[in-house]
Amino acid sequence: MKVLNKKNIITLIIVSVIYAVVQALLASGIISSFYEITIATICINIILAVSLNLVTGFTGQFSLGHAGFMSIGAYACALINLKMNSTAGFLVGIAAGAGAAALVGILIGIPTLRLKGDYLAIATLGMAEIIRVIFLNMDDITNGAAGLNGIPRFTSWLWLFVFTVFTLVIINNFVKSSQGRACISIREDEIAAESMGINTTKYKVMAFAIGAFFAGIGGALYSSYFYFISPTIFGFQKSIDILVIVVFGGMGSITGSVIAAILLAVITTMLQSYSELRMIIYAALLIAIMIFRPQGLMGTKEVTDLFKFRRKDAKVE
Amino acid sequence: MDQLLQQIVNGISLGSIYALIALGYTMVYGIIKLINFAHGDVYMVGAYVGFFVTTYTGLGFIPALIISMAACAVLGMTIEKVAYKPLRNSSRIAVLITAIGVSLLLEYIMMYFVGAKVKSYPNLLSGNVFKIGKIIIKTQQIYIVLTALVLMVILQYVVNKTKVGKAMRAVSADKDAAQLMGIKVDSTISFTFAIGSALAGAGGVLVGVYYNSIDPLMGMMPGLKAFVAAVFGGIGSIPGAMIGGLSIGMLETLVSGYGNSMYRDAAVFAFLILILILKPSGLLGKNTKEKV
Amino acid sequence: MSLLTVEKLTKSFGGLTAVSNVSMNIEKGELIGLIGPNGAGKTTIFNLLTGVYAPTSGRIKLETEEGKKEIGGLKPYNVTKIGLARTFQNIRLFKDLTVLDNIRIAMHQNVDYKLPSGLFRSNKFYDEEERLKKEAEKLLDIFKLAHKKQELAKNLPYGEQRHLEIVRAMATRPVLLLLDEPAAGMNPNETSNLTETIAKIRKEFDLTVLLIEHDMSLVMKICERIYVLDYGTMIASGKPEEIKNNKRVIEAYLGEDV
Repeated sequence: MKVLNKKNIITLIIVSVIYAVVQALLASGIISSFYEITIATICINIILAVSLNLVTGFTGQFSLGHAGFMSIGAYACALINLKMNSTAGFLVGIAAGAGAAALVGILIGIPTLRLKGDYLAIATLGMAEIIRVIFLNMDDITNGAAGLNGIPRFTSWLWLFVFTVFTLVIINNFVKSSQGRACISIREDEIAAESMGINTTKYKVMAFAIGAFFAGIGGALYSSYFYFISPTIFGFQKSIDILVIVVFGGMGSITGSVIAAILLAVITTMLQSYSELRMIIYAALLIAIMIFRPQGLMGTKEVTDLFKFRRKDAKVE
Repeated sequence: MDQLLQQIVNGISLGSIYALIALGYTMVYGIIKLINFAHGDVYMVGAYVGFFVTTYTGLGFIPALIISMAACAVLGMTIEKVAYKPLRNSSRIAVLITAIGVSLLLEYIMMYFVGAKVKSYPNLLSGNVFKIGKIIIKTQQIYIVLTALVLMVILQYVVNKTKVGKAMRAVSADKDAAQLMGIKVDSTISFTFAIGSALAGAGGVLVGVYYNSIDPLMGMMPGLKAFVAAVFGGIGSIPGAMIGGLSIGMLETLVSGYGNSMYRDAAVFAFLILILILKPSGLLGKNTKEKV
Repeated sequence: MSLLTVEKLTKSFGGLTAVSNVSMNIEKGELIGLIGPNGAGKTTIFNLLTGVYAPTSGRIKLETEEGKKEIGGLKPYNVTKIGLARTFQNIRLFKDLTVLDNIRIAMHQNVDYKLPSGLFRSNKFYDEEERLKKEAEKLLDIFKLAHKKQELAKNLPYGEQRHLEIVRAMATRPVLLLLDEPAAGMNPNETSNLTETIAKIRKEFDLTVLLIEHDMSLVMKICERIYVLDYGTMIASGKPEEIKNNKRVIEAYLGEDV
């Protein structure tokens, strides 16, 4: 099994250690339940940011509708979980939510991904709004504007961790595969990519669907943690929140999204009584980053690239 | 039949406002190929300026309108200088993200200082109504349509018969060539933002007067819908924005009147997606293809 | 054996006819030049051949293992699959990606694993990636770019960038290679390198080449036959000697008073 190479085993060990450490801190009460919310927010934001980064940062398709996919995952999981109040129900809910989101992603993607730049952005924004309005109007199922209450909580540190790692591993694997490289080439130069034999529509839709899939997971985890969801939570502001993380971390860097998700979750927690101030800071941050450092924190580099630099004379992989 | 005519009346009045906002979008897009996401929020600022002027100085409708338009013109030019000009050579996504940032900034700064709660305009225009058969036309609606018409006529004059207007058209067609011809591109762009923002400001005051309530997030939906209007009419085309605005106003009132009013926002977006897929250059726009 | 046949190809954009009734025939193994003044429509023909534009009328036929195929109107990625590859007039490398990645991307359609293998890292994935890397490095080696495989494409000197574009096109395993002004902006030394490279790839890869160029010395030196385009129509075709002395060609380039 070639997947059990040295690099992956080291990664597995590091990942297990992180899990164990945080689990211990939580169990012993060193991390209070207040900060537990921050951890949940961080994990869900990592999943959302990395999945958006796949679409916008790696494939270059500007999507402003990511919250729409999140909401599909959230509602699917919540509704299933309310009927099947068990861990099995929770997992079925996540699978259903992610699958539904991916399906909608394919359906939306095929007609809209032929649009470029600003037009695509507005079209995806419109799609997310249409989804929101649909959920708002499906009163008998989703309870409309009043939202769904009393969603059973199954999202624990274990599940948050498992799904965050799952997201990071799968998306990283995708990006470093030939299909992922095809997506990246679309970002670099779409016409050249087509001329090199890449079916750009197919790969744009693929990236979009995968991004939607994981956004669905994020939404499902959200609904099973915060007890309550309503269509307004998944509006344009949510999509912007995720976009800020991606831009701040660097469009095209998974590591960047992780770091930015952590930093911004901390800022959000610190500023939670001042939500307008937080938005003003986010807005100013967006503008400043675009003007002064458009590549964000990490640009398109990953944490492993930083290590490569030091070993200049070592054999390049 | 009367229902239909009533909806048409309402649609024209709503559409005039969308047209005023759409003009700003289309002119800015025509000249620097940017969707000014913050445009809807300039409209919101215009409404608030009008509110403050009329509430605290007791001035009437027309002075408030003019002051608001001037304030918005300045705001628009400032935004362009500070946020968009540094990014003239950046990627389109970068400028779009910045525009989103500016939009959020305006919204939340307004919220921070003025509060999120809705404010009411004082009564500025008479609440009279005309009745033609069973159709009700409010005087305010007439004011809206008339004001919009006057402003659009002035705009057409400026664009087609003045030197600045010619410069605007030249820069829209080919920025580099215009510069080589001695046109001051930077001031032309500033001027375009000024006019577009002034028109949006006027729209804001008209809405404040007609619907009576304003809030910091009021610019989002009308902004997006006006964008749809600009695209429908053909982005970059001034007559297109006018036609587009009226059409979207019509579409919205008809969906609201005959269908489900909750779906009216979704209807406008669905319409946008349809246009972008079927005929992205809109009614009067030009087809531009990337040179290979 | 005829490899590419173009019959009465026409392309109009609204009222403007960019290419009108153009016919060409290219035999397997030939090196053909396509010349003409700026704006004559040469790149438009490349765009038609590679699927970037769909013809308004006319036919384009390519000889493949499965017989003659009509490729006019096919999407670019399908045209590449069938065996046509191209370079661009204004270099279109994947600038922020490495030299190696530029090549690997061009090899994508020949990769033997599907999405799940990549996501879940099957053995097939590792094997194919290894094979891909070796093949890419081998290709780069032939063009003396192997030592720069981890460099970002945008950091290469201009001449090497043009070379890389050719290598990248080669990586799609074409039967017919279209080069759009490969010598543009090159000094005589670089042009001479390029000439060698083109000769080498023709021989080693059994390639047929169609070349757009303005550098007449290059064209006259290496092209076996030349087609001349002016204002979208074919005004002359033949061997270099014939073209050099063709009155219409001279008029097209220099104007009628010469």
